Amino acid sequence: MSNIPADLKYVASHEWIRIDEDGLVTIGITDFAQSQLGDVVFVELPEADTEVEAEQDIAVVESVKAASDIYAPLAGTIVAVNEDLVDAPEKVNEDPYGDAWFFKMKLADGSQLDTLLDADAYAKLCE
Amino acid sequence: MAKRTPLYEKHLQANGKMVDFGGWDMPVNYGSQIQEHQAVRQHAGMFDVSHMTIVDVRGVDATAYLQKLLANDVAKLKETGKALYTGMLNTNGGVIDDLIVYRMDGWYRTVVNCATREKDLEWMSAQSKGFDVSLTERPELAMVAVQGPRAIELVKQVKPEAAGLISGLNVFQGLPKSDWFYARTGYTGEDGLEIMVPETEVADFWQALLDAGVAPAGLGARDTLRLEAGMNLYGNDMDENISPLQAGMGWTIAWEPAERNFNGRAALEEEKASRSANIDAAMKQAGLVLEGRGVMRSHQKVIVDGLPEGANEGEVTSGTFSPTLEKSIAIARVPVSATDTCMVEMRGKLVPARIIKLPFVRNGEKQF
Repeated sequence: MSNIPADLKYVASHEWIRIDEDGLVTIGITDFAQSQLGDVVFVELPEADTEVEAEQDIAVVESVKAASDIYAPLAGTIVAVNEDLVDAPEKVNEDPYGDAWFFKMKLADGSQLDTLLDADAYAKLCE
Repeated sequence: MAKRTPLYEKHLQANGKMVDFGGWDMPVNYGSQIQEHQAVRQHAGMFDVSHMTIVDVRGVDATAYLQKLLANDVAKLKETGKALYTGMLNTNGGVIDDLIVYRMDGWYRTVVNCATREKDLEWMSAQSKGFDVSLTERPELAMVAVQGPRAIELVKQVKPEAAGLISGLNVFQGLPKSDWFYARTGYTGEDGLEIMVPETEVADFWQALLDAGVAPAGLGARDTLRLEAGMNLYGNDMDENISPLQAGMGWTIAWEPAERNFNGRAALEEEKASRSANIDAAMKQAGLVLEGRGVMRSHQKVIVDGLPEGANEGEVTSGTFSPTLEKSIAIARVPVSATDTCMVEMRGKLVPARIIKLPFVRNGEKQF
C-alpha cells in the first residue's frame, strides 16, 4: 500500500502539492508514482522565475524503466527548484514527500487549490 | 488469471512487485532493481525463470531433426551436457525464437522463451514431420538462475551432494543429478548456474539460497544485466522479420557443412550475397553509450555521424540505464559502416552517443 499523507493535495497525474506557511506551494511526485516508475536515474527540472500554465509539462523524471513528464498542477510562477535532485535522483524513491520535492510555485490564483484532489480522492484513483 | 510459478509465495514474502510477463505473474523487482543488479555483479543473485519452456527432444532422428530446425549445428556438441545457443529460423531467415540446446545422453534438452511458447511448440511439432522424434514439454520442472562471482560457491554450499558435479562443469555445459539439472549458463554476463528443479522442491531450495545470502532479483535487473552483457532479447532485438545477420547472431549460424539444409538457409545465403553487393544498405548490431543525460528506449531513431543522408539511419532495439556504467546504454541496429559516434532522437531532442562493439560489461568489468 502506498503512502498518501492526509495533509497534502493531489492531481491525477500523480503530483502532490503542499501548501506552505509563506503562501507558496511545493510540488513533488507521490509514493505511488515513484513505486510505479522504479529506480529513478535522472530528473530534469524547470527553470526558476518562469511562468507556467496549469497542466503544462515542465519537468521530467526518468527511471530505469520509463520517462515520465511532470506537470504544473495549477498556473503560476516557478520560484525555486530542488537542484539536489539532479545529482541524487534516487531521493525520489527514498523520500518522495520530503527531500525529493521538485519545485515551489507562487500560484496565480490561490482559490484554485480547492479544485485539487484530497488524499481520499487520490487514494481511490490509485486503487 | 496469470499463471504462477511454484515460487510465487516466495516472491510475495520478499515483497516482490508482481507484474504480468507473457501471461505469468512475475516479480519485476523486490524494492530496487539497481541494488539487485549490483548484487549479481558483485556477489550473487537469483532469478525465478520457471516460466521458461523446457522441451526434451528424443528419438533416433533427434540429431537430424535439430540440424534441420536450428541455424546452429548440434553436431558441434561433442560431449554430454555441452550447450549451444542458436536461432530457430523460419524459411525466410527470420528468427522465430532464440534458444539453448543441451546434448544429453542420446537425447537433447531445449529451453525456449515463455512469450513465444505456443508458436514455438507449434513450429517444432510441424517441423518434426518425417522425423522419428518425440517432443516432451517439462512443465513440472521449475528453474532458478543463480548468477554472480560467488554464485557457484554458494550453490555448492547449499547443495553439497552436487558440489562435485558442479565443480566439473565447463562453461556452457549442463548435467543432471538425479532429477535435478545443473547448467553453467546464464543471461547476465557473470559466471553462474541455471538449475532445473522439480517444482515440489524449488521453494525449499530458494529459501536455502536466501539463507546463504543470495539476493532475489527480478525481471528489471535481469534486463539491465543482459543488456550490459550485450545479449539479445527476443521481440526487442530480433524477431521473425529481422534476420540473425542484422541482430548480431551471425556467429550462431553454422554454414558448414554446406550440405546441411537448415530452415532459412537459402534465404540467409541470398541475404549474405546481397549484403556484400550493397554494403551501404546492410545493417548490423552495435552498442550505444549515451554521452548526454536521459535514457535510450527501444524504437528511438539513430542518426550516424559521417554517413550520407539516406544511408545514415538506425534504430535502438533495447535501451536502458546501466547501473555499472551509470549512464544509458542501448543495443541498436545501424548501418554496417557506422563507427565512432551518432545522435539518438530522444523525446524530440538529438543526444550524442558513442558506437561500440558489444558487450558493455563482462564479469563485472567494462569491455570497451
